[in-house]
Amino acid sequence: MVHWTAQEKQLITNIWGKVSVEECGAEALARLLIVYPWTQRFFSSFGNLSSPTAIIGNPKVRAHGKKVLASFGEAIKNLDNLKGTYSKLSELHCDKLHVDPENFRLLGDILVIVLAAHFTKDFTPACQATWQKLVGVVAHALAHKYH
Amino acid sequence: MVLSAADKTNVKNAFSKIGGQAEEYGADALERMFATYPQTKTYFPHFDLGKGSAQVKGHGKKVAAALVEAANHIDDIAGALSKLSDLHAQKLRVDPVNFKLLGQCFLVVVATRNPALLTPEVHASLDKFLCAVGSVLTAKYR
Repeated sequence: MVHWTAQEKQLITNIWGKVSVEECGAEALARLLIVYPWTQRFFSSFGNLSSPTAIIGNPKVRAHGKKVLASFGEAIKNLDNLKGTYSKLSELHCDKLHVDPENFRLLGDILVIVLAAHFTKDFTPACQATWQKLVGVVAHALAHKYH
Repeated sequence: MVLSAADKTNVKNAFSKIGGQAEEYGADALERMFATYPQTKTYFPHFDLGKGSAQVKGHGKKVAAALVEAANHIDDIAGALSKLSDLHAQKLRVDPVNFKLLGQCFLVVVATRNPALLTPEVHASLDKFLCAVGSVLTAKYR
């Protein structure tokens, strides 16, 4: 089980309280598809992903980004039981969606960069360290049920 | 992975906008790397890694200078960084995984200090560039 210090929990909730799940989620997913274009392989039903502009404006990308980041919100409410929280989603990503867990790590890194751009100097090294830990642990939890 | 003409333009423009602050970006990236990925500190047992360390600042300046050099010779990064590549292969032998970690931190620094610069397209180009630099530095490892 992952241990979170009081400071880490504070850094997580402080940032999360000021995040627009819709905006950050959309941006993170769009950047994932732009920066690591091979990730588009999972989204052939999303329509036009032919350019960064198309991706950013794509309503399915926005909607899915929001959904993905909303699930982070659940994680943050359950920091002491991430494996449990993500158990069903882990099975889904393995058995139905067939997503290589490496993609969770890629998205996590992108999310940190999106937060950094949003919070600028308030995204201190301590803040970054905490959030990289969080995205790493979420990625691990999402991969946990893979077989 | 190949840098397109657009990537090269994006990278050159980005470094031109970063300009004289490159040294600070380098130091900031290192500080963040040590905080976020403590295992990277194992390569610097001889350094004071405390906040504001002059050694970290000095090293950040070197790292930044290498990135600037690579950006200025973006058509031949391998040529521009050949000596650094030898150094990393023969003496430093930093495990290849760590270049990605520093690359991530460098992007975070750009995001925190100049978010407007880091459009999705520039983000993609810089990420590719940093990967290319890492590849060059580890190319002679074996």
